[in-house]
Parts: sequence; C-alpha cells; structure tokens
Amino acid sequence: MREITLSQAVNEAIAEEMRRDETVFLLGEDVAEAGTPFKVLSGLVEEFGTARVIDTPIAEPGFVGLAVGAAMTGARPIVDLMFGDFLYLVMDQLCNQAAKQHYMSGGKLSVPMVLRTNLGATRRSAAQHSQSLQALVAHIPGLKVAMPSSAYEAKGLMKTAIRDNNPVVIFEDKLMYQDKAPVPEEEFLIPFGEANVKREGKDISLIATSSMVQVAEKAAEMLGQEGIGAEVIDPRTIVPLDEKTLIESVKKTSRAIVIDEGHQSYGVTSEIASRLNEKAFYHLDAPVLRMGAMDVPVPFSPALEDITVPTPEGVAENARKLCSGEMIHAA
Amino acid sequence: MAKAKTNTEDYLRMYRQMVRIRTFEDNANQLYLSAKMPGLTHMYSGEEAVAVGICEALTDDDRITSTHRGHGHCVAKGAEFKQMFCELLGKEEGYCRGKGGSMHIADQSHGNLGANAIVGGSMGIATGSALRSKLQGADDVTVCFFGDGATAQGLLYEVMNMAALWNLPVIYACENNGYSEYTKTEEIAAGSITARAEAFGIEAFKVDGQDVLAVNELTQKLVARCRKGEGPFFIELETYRYHGHHVGDINREYYRSKDEEKDWKENRDPIVRFRGWLVEQGIASEDEIEAMNTEIETDATEAVAYAEAANYPDVSEVDMHVYAD
Ligand SMILES: Cc1ncc(C[n+]2csc(CCOP(=O)(O)OP(=O)(O)O)c2C)c(N)n1
Ligand SMILES: [Mg+2]
Repeated sequence: MREITLSQAVNEAIAEEMRRDETVFLLGEDVAEAGTPFKVLSGLVEEFGTARVIDTPIAEPGFVGLAVGAAMTGARPIVDLMFGDFLYLVMDQLCNQAAKQHYMSGGKLSVPMVLRTNLGATRRSAAQHSQSLQALVAHIPGLKVAMPSSAYEAKGLMKTAIRDNNPVVIFEDKLMYQDKAPVPEEEFLIPFGEANVKREGKDISLIATSSMVQVAEKAAEMLGQEGIGAEVIDPRTIVPLDEKTLIESVKKTSRAIVIDEGHQSYGVTSEIASRLNEKAFYHLDAPVLRMGAMDVPVPFSPALEDITVPTPEGVAENARKLCSGEMIHAA
Repeated sequence: MAKAKTNTEDYLRMYRQMVRIRTFEDNANQLYLSAKMPGLTHMYSGEEAVAVGICEALTDDDRITSTHRGHGHCVAKGAEFKQMFCELLGKEEGYCRGKGGSMHIADQSHGNLGANAIVGGSMGIATGSALRSKLQGADDVTVCFFGDGATAQGLLYEVMNMAALWNLPVIYACENNGYSEYTKTEEIAAGSITARAEAFGIEAFKVDGQDVLAVNELTQKLVARCRKGEGPFFIELETYRYHGHHVGDINREYYRSKDEEKDWKENRDPIVRFRGWLVEQGIASEDEIEAMNTEIETDATEAVAYAEAANYPDVSEVDMHVYAD
C-alpha cells in the first residue's frame, strides 16, 4: 500500500469531502495561500478558490462563531485553529454555543462543524503553544472528540467528522505531520467509537491516545523482549468512547495503563481509568495506572520539557511493576 | 528628521539601543541557523526605532507588555544580553530560568511584564497595570505593544473601552509592519486602525516607525499627559520586519516580494537613517559610531558564548513555580 504523511492524509480527506459536498468550506488563519504554518492545507485554495478556503483575521472567537452560525443554517464548516492552546479563546463559541444548540432546541437545530486543531509538547514552543487540551472539550456534552494516531486514522476520522451532524473537535499531533503510514487509495471512513487494537497481548493493556500510541507501542516492544505481553489499544475517539473494546481487553489482561498527553489530573486518563474501575473491577489484578503529562505548564527549556511527558521507558517501567505485583500494595 | 541637537547623550543612547537590538537579533538568527537554539523565534530587526523611541521615553517604573516578537522591547527596556541569550537557550541563568524562552521573556527589574505567545494576549494585562497605577495613585504609565494583526482580537475593544471610560494611563502601541504571519494587513483589517481607538474617544496618532526621533518625541508628550491623568492614547507605528514571520520563514516570495524588502532596507532603515543624522549634526563621528558598533558586537559574541556554556536548570525545577508561596 502507498504511504503518505499525516499532513497529506488530512489534506486528502478534506479535499475529497469538499468535492463530494459543496456545503463544506474551510476557514482559519493563513489557511489559503500559506496552507497553514504546518503546510497541511497546501493546494486546497488552488482547487476550491478563496470562496471556500477562507483566510480570516486573527479573531478566533469570531470565526468559530461564524462557523457555528453557518453550520446551523446549512453549511458544513471546517475551522482551522492553528494551535490547540487557542481553544481557551474560543470556549464560549464552542462549548456554550456549538455544543448545546441541538439539545437546547429540542433536537431542531444542529451544528455540523469540525474544529481541527493540534496537541503535543516537546517542540520547544513553551507554555502557550504546547498544550494537549482534549480533556477540556471532552468534558462538554454535545462535542465529539477525535484523536488520530497516524496518517490512516487522520484521514478516516476527518472524513467521518465532516459528515457527522455534530460539532467535532479533532486533535492532530504536531510532531506527527511528516510521519508516513500506509493509507489506501480507495475511499474509506473510520467510524467514531471504534477502538483499534494495535497489538495483542495477554499480560497488560496499554490504552493510549494520539501521540502516546507510538510511545505505548515502543514500550510494548521493549516489554515483549522481556516476555511481557502488552496489548496496545488506541480508542481513536474519546467521545464517543469504545468502552466495550477497552473492557474486553482488561478482562483478558487484568492490568492496564492509560496514557494521554494531556495533564494527568482531571484528564482523559482519569476518565478512562475510572470507567475500567467501575466496569472491570473484579477482573483487575492491579490498580489501573494513569500516565499523563506532568501537572505543570509546559516549560521551554529542553532539559525540563522532556521530562514532562510520558516516555516508552517510563511506560515500560510502570508495566513491569504492575505485572510483578509491586504496585498492588503501593501507598 | 527635523529635530535640533539638544541632548547628545540621549541621542547616542537611542542609537546604541537600536544597534543592540539589531545585533542581538543577528546573533539569535545565527543560533537558529546553526541549530543551537531550541524552537523558533520571531525577529524584531527593522522595527528598532519603535521599541527604542518608545522605551527611551519611559522610566524603569513604567511598564510595558510585549509580544511574540519581543526581543526588541526587552532590550529597549534595559535588559542584558547575557540573561536574554541564556533564556533563548533554555539555561538556568535566563531571565525566566529557562522556563519561558523567547516568547515569554520578561524582565521585572526594568518593568517589562513579558512577551506573550498569544496574539493580543497582553492587552488586558497592560490595561490592568494601568488600572493599578490609577487606583494606587502612582504616576507610572504602561505601554502595550502589539501588532497590526492583533487589532483583530476582540479583547482590544473591551479593554480600550474601559481604559477610555476610566482615563487609564496606558498607551496602545500598534506596530504596523504590514503583515500578520503570511498575510498582508490590508487583507484582514477593514477600515482604519486609528479610527478603532477614536471610536472610544481615545486620541490616536500615526507616526513613521522608522524615525526614532519622531517616535520618541510623540511618546514623551503622551507619557507626560498620561501622568497627568489624560490617558489613554493610541499610536500606530508604520514599520517593517526584515526577516520572515519567524526565523524558519525563509522562502516567502509567495506573500512578500524581494523588491519590497529591499526598498525598506535600503531606503528606510531606522539605524542607517539615524546614523546619518547623528553624523550630519556633528553629534558623533563615523569613527565613534564604528567603535560603538564593534563594542556592541563583542558584547553580543561574549554573551552568546556565555549562554552556550551555561547550565540547564536542574530537573528538580520542573515543578517549581507552578504556584506562588
Ligand atoms: C491568539 C493567537 N492566534 C494566532 C496566533 C499565531 N500567530 C502568531 S504571530 C501571528 C501574527 C501576528 O501578527 P501581528 O500582530 O501583526 O504581529 P507581527 O508578527 O507582525 O509582529 C499569528 C497569527 C497566536 N500566537 N495567537
Ligand atoms: Mg504585523
């Protein structure tokens, strides 16, 4: 199968959906000629013109609001939010307006829009350009949240997001834009709420999102060499969440670590771990561990930044402890 | 430049500060190109007369808020090369102990409340600083630096309204360099920039941001009026950034022509213009100016070497400073 980058995958998904449905349009800062600072959208303005690939002023709450209104009245906007950190600027439009219209109107209004943005530290971009804020939006009923972990997921999930009748937030990993993966030429979609078991194992489940899937896979590789079978599962969407696949895996392995690049406290890892505790408690041989980013603003200095995010070595070390029983009676 | 020779020392300091900014940026760019700097940074080169003209009208008690393109403001407000380069390289002796980096550099001792990586993110902070000044009966003034692109942020209009209602001692300094990222300002800003402030009854001025004396003269007047309770004010400074949006923005002809860049550099450079004026007015000789340039270059080279050899913060610092004691 051909291999393309995550950036190309997103670009293809959007182009295909724009060809298929003329109500789909793009708006955001420097999306047209510049094709975004990460060059993800290059070429789209040439094909679809400036009426459907719209450069906006640096007015995030404004253009997200415009997307909400356009979506409520018959269009399917894709909003480009240059950095996930800018979510804080648009929270009212996204969480009070977009997320609630369908419910508040008793099902009469809907907001079929996509907000594509990103996550991820270790690019030396400091505290306001490095955050992974998926937990913030996953907390709000009415929003769906997709977290692609490779080019394949990026394409399939983006196409599903565009066709979904709800506001969907997609987080891409900034560090992965140039990473290649096999992606079929033929059209495909990835349904929301279907986790992907990336690697099977019988001893421990490593449930990881987005940027952390690679970390979990590397950890599993290391553990495999030591005779520990780690199962790696990528939920792909955290709202909706495929509980069934996660619970089945934990019933089999009886141990789990949940890994996500957002802050650990009150985060995605906490939510998934609680569900496993609630629904698979009697199958567990050890507490479910959370591994998120350290609860500190992302520091600039490489010497500090690198220790704030989970690493394959750290995951493997915790997995070993869980498997050897060392953590069962931990304080 | 039509100003008579009145204060030799002030003029020479303005020249020195502009050259210090340019030299700092040349070295920072070199650090990036030689892959010694973590991440990216935004160069202030070309805009020196704005930061220097304004900051030379302020005292250490006056505050400024800065932007992602903040090295110029930082130097102009009195910062030292050593701590600045250390910060850019993430070293413990940096102004923020390596935690902030280029986009968050701050220098309390000289009243620099910090750069900001959120476009428009400092507008509330600057206006709040001015509110504090008024509430406490102090006479310090706060200058809020931001770009033309930042005028699209709604926050500006919320805070200008309050500043005008309450006569706050704040000066909004809009550095109009013609671009926000890879887009021309005229494509994303409707109407006049100064008219935005005037709508709130704020007196607004437009000035040649490549003319350090014009900028300084205007700012001095406005600062004095702010101290008397006549603020706020708004200044639009016409200027130009010589580099790309950031150091990695090298192939940029798709949005900005080489001819345009050449024209600004050759015909409107703030340092070349001011140097010519200094010599013409007999304030400094070519030799004296060259000596000053060399001294600044040596200073920068030493500071870079110092920063390169300096230590990273100890890993135990990672969870320090999340909360104040
Ligand atoms: C809220 C927010 N939106 C977008 C960005 C990305 N960004 C960084 S600088 C910039 C352009 C700013 O233009 P301007 O205000 O004119 O300042 P200049 O870079 O020209 O000095 C943009 C869009 C950001 N940092 N923050
Ligand atoms: Mg600008």
